[in-house]
Amino acid sequence: MNAIYILWLRELKRYTRSKAQVIASLGQPLLYLLVLGFGLGPVFQRAGNGSYLQFVAPGVVGMSVLFTSVFSGIGLLWDRQFGFLKETLVAPVPRLTVMIGKTLGGATVATIQGVLVLIICLIAGFRPVSWATLPVAFVFMILTAIVFSGLGMAIGSMLQDMQGFQLIMNFLVMPIFFLSGALFPLSGLPSVLSFVTRLDPLSYGIDGLRNVLIGTSEFEPAISLVVLCAVAVLFLALGSYSFSRIQL
Amino acid sequence: MIKVENLSKTFGEVAAVDNISFDVESGEVFAFLGPNGAGKTTTIKILTTLLRPTSGTISIDGLNPATQPNEVRKRFGIVFQDPSLDQELTAYENMELHGILYHVPRKIRHERTEMLLKLFELWDRRKNYVKEFSGGMKRRLEIARGFLHTPKILFLDEPTLGLDPQSRNQLWTHVKNLNKTEGVTVFLTTHYMDEAERVADRLAIIDHGRIVAQGSPQELREQTNTDSLEGAFLALTGSSIRDEKAGSADQLRQIAKMWRR
Repeated sequence: MNAIYILWLRELKRYTRSKAQVIASLGQPLLYLLVLGFGLGPVFQRAGNGSYLQFVAPGVVGMSVLFTSVFSGIGLLWDRQFGFLKETLVAPVPRLTVMIGKTLGGATVATIQGVLVLIICLIAGFRPVSWATLPVAFVFMILTAIVFSGLGMAIGSMLQDMQGFQLIMNFLVMPIFFLSGALFPLSGLPSVLSFVTRLDPLSYGIDGLRNVLIGTSEFEPAISLVVLCAVAVLFLALGSYSFSRIQL
Repeated sequence: MIKVENLSKTFGEVAAVDNISFDVESGEVFAFLGPNGAGKTTTIKILTTLLRPTSGTISIDGLNPATQPNEVRKRFGIVFQDPSLDQELTAYENMELHGILYHVPRKIRHERTEMLLKLFELWDRRKNYVKEFSGGMKRRLEIARGFLHTPKILFLDEPTLGLDPQSRNQLWTHVKNLNKTEGVTVFLTTHYMDEAERVADRLAIIDHGRIVAQGSPQELREQTNTDSLEGAFLALTGSSIRDEKAGSADQLRQIAKMWRR
């Protein structure tokens, strides 16, 4: 238990100490929010879908949770590069403990990042339908963060060096983002696209957020919750399996 | 304390460690001497549960690292060949993290951290980030950390690589002292002969994955009719440079590794 705590704390300390990185990682969501939010706003409005800023804000929150949590898992590569990974692998704690500590740390950081982006959205003019249900939004953020931290850990354990990073970025993380409905509504899509978006776990995270924050959604929130929980368990299992197989 | 019988480790076709046997007595300083690529690090990795052996039996304090890794891990401390500190944390935080991972009770953790950091002259810098440390300071911190959980065995894999003579000298003085005061068994690898001669009670010379000789520095000198350990080493392993050979063996190992994945 203490081991989980100290590894969790380590992730948090590393995050809060790299202030430049925190600010840098807010840049991308800000760009999406402002440029797309205001740039596509008029078109979206004319199509009769209301304010695009309102629509895209939950998507941008989901995006930053996705990126932050996947990268925190891939941070394992840095631990490998700088040698710290060895220190945790020879310690007399089960690998599962190490993996859980790191994953929870990554998920916490990602959730904080999501909250920061949500605050930025509020400053930019986003207004949730109800302030009372805001805590439910945290539930969706946390679950999304756990899902993708688990995935990040699995990837981080399998990659040997940074060369695979671009591959993962372009063929896994970006597709997860673009196919999630973060930027466009999931209704009325061509059937192939519609099918693919339903395979994307992030769709359920963002849809759940949207339900809580702006009151419209494609799926039943309960279904989104169940899907996220199931995928979280699956990815955590995958993550701990691949983490347990690391040899140096 | 450490008992190794007929240990082998092969990567694909290449035998990194080839049927070696040795014993390390409790409380002694035992050195593994060998040229680059001789199999020193592989042996340490196997002893410290990071690699599984291909064949052979190992017992560490009566336990088998392959079947009881966690019990074995509690009993040793290790200083790796390359750094394994968290650079983004302070020296004290690195110690704290280690102590918690090794289940050292809070009070003892704080006392020993203070004692060790003072001994290795890092106490005044305990609140500094490790990334601001010099190479020698990082090494000292790693060794201090290795002693934190009062291990029965301390593994040191080329601990003085890249250090100046002053730091090396001071480091061995501390390690020797702790070896005496805490009774910790020390298993080290090095290719500095003077160090091996100075600190080791007994040593084994390893080359191409095989142990070619073992005994006290005195015995090895007599065995080879040479007047220094360096002479003994060259007499046993030949004087040709084998970086190139080790290089291609390393390459083969890499290839083998790639195909196994």
